[in-house]
Amino acid sequence: MTALVEIRNVSKVYTRGTQKVEVLHHIDLDIASGDFLALMGPSGSGKTTLLNLIGGLDSPTEGSVTVAGQRIDKLGQGALSKWRASNVGFIFQVYNLLPMLSAQKNVELPLLLTKFGAAQRRKNAAIALQLVGLADRATHRPTELSGGQQQRVAIARAIVSDPMLLVCDEPTGDLDRQSAEDVLRLLQTLNRDHGKTIVMVTHDPKAAEYARHTLHLDKGTLVEAAQAA
Amino acid sequence: MKYFHLIWASLFRRKTRTILTLVSIVAAFLLFGLLDAVRDSFAQAGHSAAGVQRLQTGSRLSFIQTLPQALGAQIETVPGVKAVAYANWFGGAYQDPHKQVFTFAVSPNYLDMYPEIEISPEQHKAFDETPTGAVAGEVIAKRYGWKIGDKIPLQSQIFPNKEGSKNWSFDLVGILRAKDRKSGGFFDGLFLLHWRNFDETTPYNRGTVGWYVTRVADVNQADRVAKAIDALSANSDHETKTQTEQAATASWMKQLVDIGLLVGSIMGAVFFTLLLLTGNTMMQAVRERTSEIAVLRTIGFSSVSVLGMVLAESVLLLLLGGLVGLGLVSVLAPVITEASGRVVNLPSVGASSWILGLGLMLAIGLLVGALPAWRAMRLNVVAALAAG
Ligand SMILES: Nc1ncnc2c1ncn2[C@@H]1O[C@H](COP(=O)(O)OP(=O)(O)OP(=O)(O)O)[C@@H](O)[C@H]1O
Ligand SMILES: [Mg+2]
Repeated sequence: MTALVEIRNVSKVYTRGTQKVEVLHHIDLDIASGDFLALMGPSGSGKTTLLNLIGGLDSPTEGSVTVAGQRIDKLGQGALSKWRASNVGFIFQVYNLLPMLSAQKNVELPLLLTKFGAAQRRKNAAIALQLVGLADRATHRPTELSGGQQQRVAIARAIVSDPMLLVCDEPTGDLDRQSAEDVLRLLQTLNRDHGKTIVMVTHDPKAAEYARHTLHLDKGTLVEAAQAA
Repeated sequence: MKYFHLIWASLFRRKTRTILTLVSIVAAFLLFGLLDAVRDSFAQAGHSAAGVQRLQTGSRLSFIQTLPQALGAQIETVPGVKAVAYANWFGGAYQDPHKQVFTFAVSPNYLDMYPEIEISPEQHKAFDETPTGAVAGEVIAKRYGWKIGDKIPLQSQIFPNKEGSKNWSFDLVGILRAKDRKSGGFFDGLFLLHWRNFDETTPYNRGTVGWYVTRVADVNQADRVAKAIDALSANSDHETKTQTEQAATASWMKQLVDIGLLVGSIMGAVFFTLLLLTGNTMMQAVRERTSEIAVLRTIGFSSVSVLGMVLAESVLLLLLGGLVGLGLVSVLAPVITEASGRVVNLPSVGASSWILGLGLMLAIGLLVGALPAWRAMRLNVVAALAAG
């Protein structure tokens, strides 16, 4: 398989006042198209930071990030926003749904950035909700849904504009065992049946078992990768 | 426009707070609508098309000083003058001295000078032919329940009659009304009597005139004619001051109250308070939405569209409140006016008030939204997501 994501010699330095903290040190990483990668490591090791670079939310201090042949570290803020809209779906630990919108309207949000008309937006969002098994909850507000259901709505929102890449930051961190399994199986389905490339940060080894590969990050450096499946 | 539901939903995210803010915006624009309409109607007084054709000549010294009646014939000889009428202040009160009635004794051609006054030809004729006759404005007649044929007792504050009593009596033969209801407040409250009846009955007037009203043939010549009229009495003991009716009304009103300044300062205070209040609402609204804005940015909404959405939300808030406020004035003003039997004459919201009001809504909305919108635009997405 060809690499969808190529990370070359990436470092990230945060500046706090006069103090500079290097959070990632010269990382090299290839993520194959169609991979499901679990990223593990202790708290503060830089997992979220790396994930944000892969998803184009942040830019590296040094090195290059190439996704599907495009150097996204060279993109300006505006271009990066556009790039994210069509190429990446984000799933967070907290579900981050807009509380005043129904599940359906939450899922439609990314489609507002496309050329689709209202009818097409409704249709695509309905399909995404169907896929995560929540077609019957379309009109519910986030507060009327369980944590697991909210996370599945967030997944529907992440896939609705059909991005090639999904980045998930501890997607099961707030969920009970059963809901977590539902979400992980859903991600697995998206990877296997729909060809989505997934990068998932997790603390939970059981969650990592759903991935094809696992990488460990420690103090900003990738350490020996444990091969799974 | 496809973002509208998102903006609308954000606006009503905290219903109670938004509704309370809306109520205060409605109140501010209600006040604005009423005061601006009053200011506008003051500015309109004497502004009629016919008004610019008329000059008013009064004593240069003071408006209680009178002028000789012989001056009228001289004014008629000034080139450019078409007609001259004259009048005097009678100072009438009905039943008790507090119930003042705008009463003028007027020359026979006085009504002809005012095409904006409407009176039926029969009543006009009756007025011409009845020496003790009088005509009254519609509103004042309604207020006191006067009907044609009634004898109206009026007490003059100034002039006694032949018997030395200040109690006069007139036969009501006609009702006046303004053709244009909007600027008609003044005419609708008038009470007019015959000059001859007045002049011959009171021993005090003796062929003097309060003021002259002159119609000019050409509006563009009004200034020249005014100067020529004043030149007639230059260096006499009765120097005159001639102005267009519009200018005379304006300076007369200014002496009573500078309504523009008054309205301006009240509204300044009201809108300043509104600015602080809605500004606070918008700041809070955006602050508590930080993580939602971060999510929108993550999904791919640009920083500019986030800025636009916050500004739109703020303008929408002001437009909603402002339009309801001005709308209420438009609905309520005619209702109050009619319910009071036109005693309270609340003008409705004119086009200029609507335009000014809309301008204010937009300006306040943008001003109040600017800082929170700027903050939303500059939000550090990564840090906001990390903070949860
Ligand atoms: N915006 C920022 N400014 C300064 N320092 C930051 C910033 N974001 C993260 N850091 C620091 O960078 C380091 C790595 O943070 P990161 O969030 O990537 O860790 P993580 O592996 O995701 O940890 P966790 O498992 O707790 O989520 C931490 O020491 C953190 O304090
Ligand atoms: Mg993290």
